[in-house]
Amino acid sequence: MTTAPASHSLIRRLVEDSRSAFGMALVSILVLAAVFGPVLSSYAPDAADFMATLAPPSADHFLGTDDLGRDVLSRILSGARVSLLVGVISVGGAVLFGLPIGLVAGYLGGRTDAVLMRCMDVLLAFPGILLALGITAALGASLTNTIIAIAVINTPTIARVTRAQTMLVSSLDYVKANRALGFSNLTIMTRSVLPNALSPVLVQASLLLASSIITESYLSFLGLGVQPPTPTWGSMLRDAISFIDQATWLAWFPGAAIFLTVLGFNIFGDGLRDRLDPRD
Amino acid sequence: MKLIVTRVLSVIPVLFGLCVLSYTLLAMIPGDPITAMLGMDATPEAIAALRAKFALDEPLPLRFISWFGHLLIGDLGRSIQSGRPVLSMVMTAMVPTMQLGLAALLISLVIAIPAGVISAARRNSVADYSVSLISLAGLSLPSFWLAILLVLFLSIRLQIFPSSGYVPIGEDPVGALRHITLPAITLGVAMAASTMRMTRAAMLDVLNADYIRTARAKGLPFRRVVWKHALRNALIPVTTLVGLQLGQLMGGVVVTETVFAWPGIGKLTVDAIFARDYPVVQGAILASAVLFVFINLATDLLYATLDPRLRKRA
Repeated sequence: MTTAPASHSLIRRLVEDSRSAFGMALVSILVLAAVFGPVLSSYAPDAADFMATLAPPSADHFLGTDDLGRDVLSRILSGARVSLLVGVISVGGAVLFGLPIGLVAGYLGGRTDAVLMRCMDVLLAFPGILLALGITAALGASLTNTIIAIAVINTPTIARVTRAQTMLVSSLDYVKANRALGFSNLTIMTRSVLPNALSPVLVQASLLLASSIITESYLSFLGLGVQPPTPTWGSMLRDAISFIDQATWLAWFPGAAIFLTVLGFNIFGDGLRDRLDPRD
Repeated sequence: MKLIVTRVLSVIPVLFGLCVLSYTLLAMIPGDPITAMLGMDATPEAIAALRAKFALDEPLPLRFISWFGHLLIGDLGRSIQSGRPVLSMVMTAMVPTMQLGLAALLISLVIAIPAGVISAARRNSVADYSVSLISLAGLSLPSFWLAILLVLFLSIRLQIFPSSGYVPIGEDPVGALRHITLPAITLGVAMAASTMRMTRAAMLDVLNADYIRTARAKGLPFRRVVWKHALRNALIPVTTLVGLQLGQLMGGVVVTETVFAWPGIGKLTVDAIFARDYPVVQGAILASAVLFVFINLATDLLYATLDPRLRKRA
């Protein structure tokens, strides 16, 4: 007799909960929009049409056009790709750096823990968006630097969660037994502690996806994120301000895209926490 | 007392780290501020003189030591653009930011505390589900989108509030109130969302406690038990969250102040970044981070004072 893998069981439980299923549906729409965006729209996101500037939503342009006659739907679909890319890679980067830092600090304790965590405290002491602003200002505004900035502001959060869980797991009997058997610290950390410390990290990472997408849109909105001609939801909203009294659709649709995406990740993260994080 | 001293001392390395990071980070900014200031036609002599004036020729560690020494006596340098002392610019900008923060906090508490209490007292009712849904929506709402929509409806369409600008409260209290309303709602909504959730969770914990059951068994009306007995204890964890949020608000003000042209620390930072005004960016970011650290410290100390269990443990 075979048993279903734990991940299948988790997905089934998430789908069965109507709230988590709604969150997963919103996230799936974002992923589909990001992957199939170019197929779904018949206009290139940066193709200007000066005969159709500020056109309201119609059969030709479902979500209208902007001041340069560019199709808003195509730009939102293209923006979905940027949001997803920045969200996933920046959170992945934060896990890549934060996880080992938290694991080593939590497992070794003592001075190593004190030094590593004080460094993380300094990063946490900056309000996230201000640190991101400082980093993008220092490195220059671009897609790569936006990802780096958001990864840096997320790293201490992942490190803290990993450290807390590592300390908890390290005090368990089976880890003490491994130590008594003479296994190296590296082996114990990677084989015994890490697999049992991952659940809260996964939950935190899913919630950080939401905040990363918002931070990316903030940076783009301020002109310090991904630069034109690449369309982003934040920069579309910034451009919309100039035409707010003539073309409200320029503000409605990109804003709704950010809202629904972040809502999806927040609901999904909440559902994941309810099922994975024993502390809650 | 030991708890307070330990917590206060723990702030010192963090503050030093903030200084190192904010200085190093901003010293890496691409583009020469002197060229930005003098323009492309500046003579090499003029550029050299100005570089020497701002000590931009010296190695980074030396520049940091000199900057840090001045910082200790309250000198954050001068703005490359305007020549004004950075400390004075930062202090001037802090006033509108603090006013905005407090107004946002007030709005968030007026919405969140009653909503959180009602949600917990009527668990699993329509009111509870509505509050949960609204708080989740509030958490997911990008503040600049809300700001744009508020301007569209309340400023452009209905013309109730001005779309941007700042009026000092001493000059025109009514004008000041009208100008602060939209940015305060923008910031307050996001804060209200988290506070609502925290109030609900804290109230649910307290409502299950023995002393609440005793109060109910004594025949006290449910409404009185909720609002008088339970809320007082539920507010302790909420205070912590509100304090932390007030610190995190420093991030939200950057975008809100930019949208509403509010002359606070957030707008000062963004304007200085675009002007490549190193000293102002450094000063503004550092001041915001230091304020953030002190708000968190004050919150921790307040929490320790409010919760007798924590005092006893210390």
